[in-house]
Amino acid sequence: MALDIFKEKGVPLDRQVFTWKDLVRRPYSKLDDDAFTRVCVIYMNGIMADALRTKHAIARMNRDLREPLALVRRVEQHEQTLINWLNPPDQTPLETTLGFEQVAIEVTASVALREPDPYLAQTYRFGLLEDFDHLYRYGALYDRLEGKDPNSITQSYTDILAGRPTSVEHRNPLDDLRRPYDKRTAVPLTKLHAMSITAAENQTHDYYMTVGPFFSDPVARQLYAEIASIEEQHTSMYESLLDPDETVLEKLVMHECMQVYNFYSCLAYEKNPRIKEIWQRFTDYELGQLHHMIQLFQQVEGRDAAEILPKTLPDPIGFKEHREFVRKTLNQEEDLASNGPDYVRMADLPRDHRSFVYRDQLNSDGSPSETVAAGYQWTPGTELAARAQRMGSVLEGKKVH
Amino acid sequence: MKKTTSDLGMNRTGIATSPVDSADIIQAAQKRQPSHLGDDSLILKVRQQYAVESDGIGSVPPPTSLKGSNSKPTVFIDKLGERAAFERSGVRLYQGALAKFEVLGSWEGGPTREGLTRILNDELSHFGLVSEVLTKLGADPTAMTPCADVAAVTSMGLPAVVSDPRMNLRDTLHALLVAELTDNAGWEMLIELSRGLGHDTLAERFQLALDAEAEHLTLVRNWLSAGVTLEARATPVPRAEAGPGLTPTV
Ligand SMILES: [Fe+2]
Ligand SMILES: [Fe+2]
Ligand SMILES: [Fe+2]
Ligand SMILES: [Fe+2]
Ligand SMILES: [Fe+2]
Repeated sequence: MALDIFKEKGVPLDRQVFTWKDLVRRPYSKLDDDAFTRVCVIYMNGIMADALRTKHAIARMNRDLREPLALVRRVEQHEQTLINWLNPPDQTPLETTLGFEQVAIEVTASVALREPDPYLAQTYRFGLLEDFDHLYRYGALYDRLEGKDPNSITQSYTDILAGRPTSVEHRNPLDDLRRPYDKRTAVPLTKLHAMSITAAENQTHDYYMTVGPFFSDPVARQLYAEIASIEEQHTSMYESLLDPDETVLEKLVMHECMQVYNFYSCLAYEKNPRIKEIWQRFTDYELGQLHHMIQLFQQVEGRDAAEILPKTLPDPIGFKEHREFVRKTLNQEEDLASNGPDYVRMADLPRDHRSFVYRDQLNSDGSPSETVAAGYQWTPGTELAARAQRMGSVLEGKKVH
Repeated sequence: MKKTTSDLGMNRTGIATSPVDSADIIQAAQKRQPSHLGDDSLILKVRQQYAVESDGIGSVPPPTSLKGSNSKPTVFIDKLGERAAFERSGVRLYQGALAKFEVLGSWEGGPTREGLTRILNDELSHFGLVSEVLTKLGADPTAMTPCADVAAVTSMGLPAVVSDPRMNLRDTLHALLVAELTDNAGWEMLIELSRGLGHDTLAERFQLALDAEAEHLTLVRNWLSAGVTLEARATPVPRAEAGPGLTPTV
């Protein structure tokens, strides 16, 4: 079953072509498709956004790599388009947002469970509890702004509960930075994990920054501002796990491998044949891109790519619910904070710690995440369903009035 | 292509889709207390606070000339601007409906090409009428006035339904129904406003438009109702096979 990435050459780069009709396909169904189909689409859009972002950053600083990067990047932009355009138009930005947080919870949980390095695993659990709280805040917003049930998007896979409260997640920038893995000793899975979650979080940030201004309600606008700020923290935190001493080509090879791994994971999960076919096609495309990059790596660095790549791909990401794990983590680590790269109990930090000063300043005009979810407990059918029930049936209602 | 709306399928949005998981998350939600006290009124308080500080969304551009009026003339111009914009957008809605009609066909008691085309032309001529009035009043008919913007934000979902290829002709009629309901009320209020301002000749011309709108509403409502009733009786809606050059059942 495991994919041998050295043997499998995929589709050569010059045969990775599209048409506009091909790029703009029938979207998945918001109502009928499984929540994890949406999760995969949102997640892979983030992975591909990062493929572009990484290559652009490198191209700005490297003359020799500009041409090979341009060639791969154009295909990746089209792959991302095809994926992102699978989101259906009846899915509002807020509904897609609920999907983003479900990605951040379930994918990060899968990663945290399998991460062999305990410090990185701790970091994933730390971030997980914060995204877990975001789902609850956005869920409250969805219920209270539009009168709709957030669980119709998350489909009973994921708890909608307060996590580590968003209002206490705000930290001094220096308390978001972590110790990177060591490229010489870290196993490939550790690198794949760190790159994947960094990509997902960066896209989450960019998405909130794009859709936040579309909202008319001031609390919604504030909440997007607040959570976007946390996603920027998460991006800083996760990207600081990456070893800055990896060479540029080493990073590029691992990134292509990471893309193969993630497409392959979606392929292993997906049941909708129309979507599955796309994951198969892009697994093959990314294998082609990986080999293109391996060649470049071997040419330039004179090293064997087998030194850095896994022989076969690790087990696919678990696109499934992780409620037990998340609840256990919440139970044990809700009150964690960070002091520089170290995790500590929040109560053990001095009251004048730089992160407290920072967060008190930001929250001093009120806290959007507290306002939106004040007294909120998720109830099936929205909190109004419970209220309507207390009011009695329509028939009884008529009798009363 | 799908012509029906209410078919049985794998909808996963309700808690009954996975009773075991649902029972589990309901229990967990009841056990965990909210992190902060209060209720849904706090959002409204912040909204009120911002409302107090707000300057509105914008203004009506100054008309070049304003004849015989000692009232606030920009109100009339604003409402005319709204009407012109809404009628103009209405044309696009009916173009979209006709495109769906051509590919999906109709049903017994459903829309006809003639009916849809007639309404489309009415909306276009109403747009022309109001633009002309605006010009005569010395106002700029191409300006987006505040009321025009409010009406457009209000009806943002209408073009979204009409242009979504996954939503069929019957779904589209629901959007048209919303449009026509607003359309009717809009003209009624515009006529009242015109009379109140002493624009009696205008009011009479607007009354003709309102008469047409009343017919639009009846037509659209009946088409939609016939479609829903037919599908409920398990009659395939529509019967005609789709394809280019299709002759719809009229
Ligand atoms: Fe988040
Ligand atoms: Fe996050
Ligand atoms: Fe790639
Ligand atoms: Fe009209
Ligand atoms: Fe009309």
